[in-house]
Amino acid sequence: MLPKKTLLATAVIGAMLATAANAETLRWTRSADSLTMDPHSQNEGPTHSVNHQIFDTLIYQDMDVAYQPGLATEWYVKEDEPTVWVFKIREGVTFHEGQSLTADDVAFSIDRARREPADMRGLLTSISEVRAVDDYTVEVETHEPNPLLPNNFTNLFIMSREWAEEHGVEEAQNYAAGEETYAVRNANGTGPFRVESREPDVRTVFVRNDDYWGIDHYPMEISRLVFTPIESASTRVAALLSGEVDFLQETPVQDIERLANADGIKNEQGAENRTIFLGMDMGSAQLRTADTDDNPFADRRVREAINLAVDATTIQRAVMRGNSQPAGMIAPPFVNGYSEEMDEVLEADTARAQELMEEAGYGDGFRVTLHCPNDRYVNDEQICQAVVSMLARIGITVDLVAQTRSLHFAELARGEYDFYLLGWGVPTMDSEYIFNYLYHTKEENHGTWNFTGFSDERVDELTVAMGQEVDEEARNEMIAEAWQIVHDEIVYIPIHHQMLTWSMRDDIDFKVQSENTPHFKYLRFN
Amino acid sequence: MSQDVQTRDSAVPVVPPKPSKLRTFLDSDIVYSWKRQPVVILATLVTLTMFAAALFAPWIAPQNPFDPRQLELIDAFTPPMTTSDFTGNYYLLGSDSQGRDVFSAILYGSRISLLVGFAAVIFALVMGTALGLLAGFRGGWRDALIMRIADVQLTFPSILMALLIFGVIRGFLPRSMHAEVAIIVLIIAIGLSDWVQYARAVRGATMVEKSKEYVQAARVIGLPARKILFQHILPNVMRPVLVIGTIGLALAIIAEATLSFLGVGMPATQPSLGTLIRVGQDYMFSGEWWILLFPGMALLMLALSVNLLGDWLRDVLNPKLR
Amino acid sequence: MLAFLIQRVLQAIFVMFVVALISFSLFHYVGDPVLNMLGQEATEADRAALRAQLGLDQPVVVQFWNFIVNAAQFEFGISYRSARPVTDLILERLPATLELAIISAIFAVVMGILLGIYTALRRRSWLANFIMTASLIGVSLPTFLIGVLLIYIFAVELGMLPAFGRGETVRIGDWWTTGLLTTSGLRSLILPAITLGLFQLTLIMRLVRAEMLEVLSTDYIKFARARGLSKRVVHLRHALKNTMIPVITIIGLQLGTIIAFAIITETVFQWPGVGALFITAVRFVDVPVMAAYLMMIALVFVVINLVVDLLYYAVDPRLRAQGGGK
Repeated sequence: MLPKKTLLATAVIGAMLATAANAETLRWTRSADSLTMDPHSQNEGPTHSVNHQIFDTLIYQDMDVAYQPGLATEWYVKEDEPTVWVFKIREGVTFHEGQSLTADDVAFSIDRARREPADMRGLLTSISEVRAVDDYTVEVETHEPNPLLPNNFTNLFIMSREWAEEHGVEEAQNYAAGEETYAVRNANGTGPFRVESREPDVRTVFVRNDDYWGIDHYPMEISRLVFTPIESASTRVAALLSGEVDFLQETPVQDIERLANADGIKNEQGAENRTIFLGMDMGSAQLRTADTDDNPFADRRVREAINLAVDATTIQRAVMRGNSQPAGMIAPPFVNGYSEEMDEVLEADTARAQELMEEAGYGDGFRVTLHCPNDRYVNDEQICQAVVSMLARIGITVDLVAQTRSLHFAELARGEYDFYLLGWGVPTMDSEYIFNYLYHTKEENHGTWNFTGFSDERVDELTVAMGQEVDEEARNEMIAEAWQIVHDEIVYIPIHHQMLTWSMRDDIDFKVQSENTPHFKYLRFN
Repeated sequence: MSQDVQTRDSAVPVVPPKPSKLRTFLDSDIVYSWKRQPVVILATLVTLTMFAAALFAPWIAPQNPFDPRQLELIDAFTPPMTTSDFTGNYYLLGSDSQGRDVFSAILYGSRISLLVGFAAVIFALVMGTALGLLAGFRGGWRDALIMRIADVQLTFPSILMALLIFGVIRGFLPRSMHAEVAIIVLIIAIGLSDWVQYARAVRGATMVEKSKEYVQAARVIGLPARKILFQHILPNVMRPVLVIGTIGLALAIIAEATLSFLGVGMPATQPSLGTLIRVGQDYMFSGEWWILLFPGMALLMLALSVNLLGDWLRDVLNPKLR
Repeated sequence: MLAFLIQRVLQAIFVMFVVALISFSLFHYVGDPVLNMLGQEATEADRAALRAQLGLDQPVVVQFWNFIVNAAQFEFGISYRSARPVTDLILERLPATLELAIISAIFAVVMGILLGIYTALRRRSWLANFIMTASLIGVSLPTFLIGVLLIYIFAVELGMLPAFGRGETVRIGDWWTTGLLTTSGLRSLILPAITLGLFQLTLIMRLVRAEMLEVLSTDYIKFARARGLSKRVVHLRHALKNTMIPVITIIGLQLGTIIAFAIITETVFQWPGVGALFITAVRFVDVPVMAAYLMMIALVFVVINLVVDLLYYAVDPRLRAQGGGK
């Protein structure tokens, strides 16, 4: 899938136009702050967004989510050794505090990230050993051949071993145990910006790193970047309207039009690599919150009825105001294995759904609790409320519990939910990631986010096989087969692929990135 | 403190021919004062209208906003005084993001606001009066204990107290129950945060009454304590209690709205006025002003008119208690 | 004197004990800290280890004792959410809240006294009547609605003032940050200070008015007038002075209320103070922060009340007489 790559021309194009001497400030806001500056402690979107400004990764996804060389200039599978990936490290790179980057720092960082207590370790379980072969070559050995290994490195930040040892942060911060280390509030990366000051949840100020290795390759027009998280949606919009911020990440859908019509402000929109869907516990003998003594979700007809009752098209029109793409499968179009045919949206049919409920013996309906986050996805609580009305029409009385994301995910993880809303992004751009987390039977290292109780031997087999199959065609066949099985079983109720809107001052030239990770080194002022 | 009014009241029936009770009431200085103040008349009318609207909401409202089956998502964000193109429903004050009729939502929302307000006030009133009577009448360690607790609680503003009690009660309940019991928890939290004022007033009044001759006499002739309390003392301490209660109602309504606004009160599926405002705030810039404006005005009118009435009642009944 | 003092101090300690008990119950019963802190992949052994590390395996009484000992040293552990010591978080946020509270208190006091005097002296004028009616609206409007309205008018429609935050701040000393020294800081302060101060303003105004009216009708003032002193002198020197004692008491007590209401104002304006920290903590069930906030607020209130009580004692001779001399 990812053949040998060399330094790409795209990175060089900007070189001639670089206007690095500009003194431009960009004030950036979004709803949530980064949790920590320790680069390996948390695998979380807003945290990565901040760290991408300070640190570099070996490989990163640019604004078009194409894989680009970062600190690695090329990478390939070693000849005759299919379990070894070779990474050539960029020469002449220095950290903000002056240390030179070597292969040793890279090996150290990967090891740090794949050890407890780093949260990033979940993406790196296939690695068995990391070696610095010489100053600028790193070899990564995996247990089995892993064709997709480099895709797992796009949020793997490289830090300095010398710095880490000097400050006693050789291990990642143990976030869960509430550890406070030097690395939580201080960062020494090789990235395009240095941190000037940081008040968590209030303000973080970055200044341009004029010694950046890519200073001539990227526009690098921002000299000072001020990040202010604002929790309330309307306050965020007010701040942009009144000119207190220049760039708003994640514009609330209801304000898109107003911002589009406002003087001096424009929107950039695009599809996000994330699908929103409902999950049901179909495995338990009896539901926890239902008023039945069996499990209605175990009956495929009930799941089909729900699928027919949930009207994704109306949700798109009314709740999302058109800013979503109704879905028929839970893989976004970016993902290898996506099929337009399977993503076709089911037409809502309440009458047919009611019939199915009767056939299944639930003609009088039943009662169940739906759990929903209220601050994670675009209009998540609103979507759930709409689902409540829609299911009420086929006799299912839904009690809605909408709460903050940390509670939602913690309880979900404990397997306490019968019925829940979830959104899933696919940073590796491949279906294997979805099957591995969401469809595989729940085990220690597989199916860790499969709370449906769905378990299918063939799907498990295919999931493991697609992680190791090197032949692309055979692999894609496996993926297609697996999708067909789960599609027929109606394991999840797809709602939509999320769309992203970023709003900004209209003299800013910056397109939406579908991972929702802005790389400000690309931003230009007109 | 209230003797002058009392003597006047008792003086009226002496005059022959014996007037009806209604006549007595209409001639009283309460009515006189009421008739002279247009603002108070207006406040009364608004209050009564809103009470009636809330009470008869199921018959007036075109939609039951708490019944998910009746919400037409497709009609979301219909502007005020518009008939929907999709369903043909008419939305007098527009509809919100779920296709909820804002007019109906306000009626049902005020119902909750008033229900929580009244219930919390009654809760506080009964509890405060009972404890106040006990403290004032019996004295001793009971008095000391009750008044110490009251002092402690008075240390904190009632909104903080309510937030706290609310948080603690909810912490002990499983989350799936929160929506179902939200109203009860709100009532208890707000009521519990507000009993002290009643207890203090009643205790004071009780101690004054207790030392009066008629109570002493009743004691001497051996009337049981319960009888003295309920027949003699209670009627005489009710006046300040009612005044505090009227003002307390407005405060309780605001407290409920504030808790709901902070996202810890009524859930979005059973919105009270505060919840509607919280939700409506998100549409402040998007042009759907009616989602925020109308519930905001309803809350303002309700709180303002109840406050005005309370203020006036306090002045009339109890000129000293300011 | 001593008995009174001891009684008050004991009461203060009792309050703190009760609040500590509540805070501790929060710790103990609201949410499971271990499940909150460990991810879904944690094993039962991990959980047991963390439980032991946090001391959650000890008897409840021991845990409560540890909690009190730690609290007495301002040690509330680590925030579940930001993984930083709670004491640091609160100290970081405290200047913002205190600045907001003090500025809005000053606003409320100055405006409240001025309007109170005006409405008392010009009782019959239409402006005084208007102010009195408007003040009722001020009392009836919930704080959050005032904030939302001000943002809508001044930040969105007119674009005159900032809608959120503190603007640029300047660091003074080790941990104090101030927004009072920069233009953007001062501009940011206006709307939140008005929102927070409005309720107290109406309260003070009505109190000053009532006290003024009462004092103006006393013989003392009538006598002063009869002596031929100018109106201005009578009003300001004699009448106002006598109204100030109850007003000052109320202001002292209201300072605590301002800090409590700051929760709402800070939420509306995204003001980075301890109130906003508290609400975020409530939403995230960040129990250490909640507990610390409760203890802090309780301490503030207890201290204010204690001081007020003692001042009363110093001022009111009757109380002293009861105490039985020295």
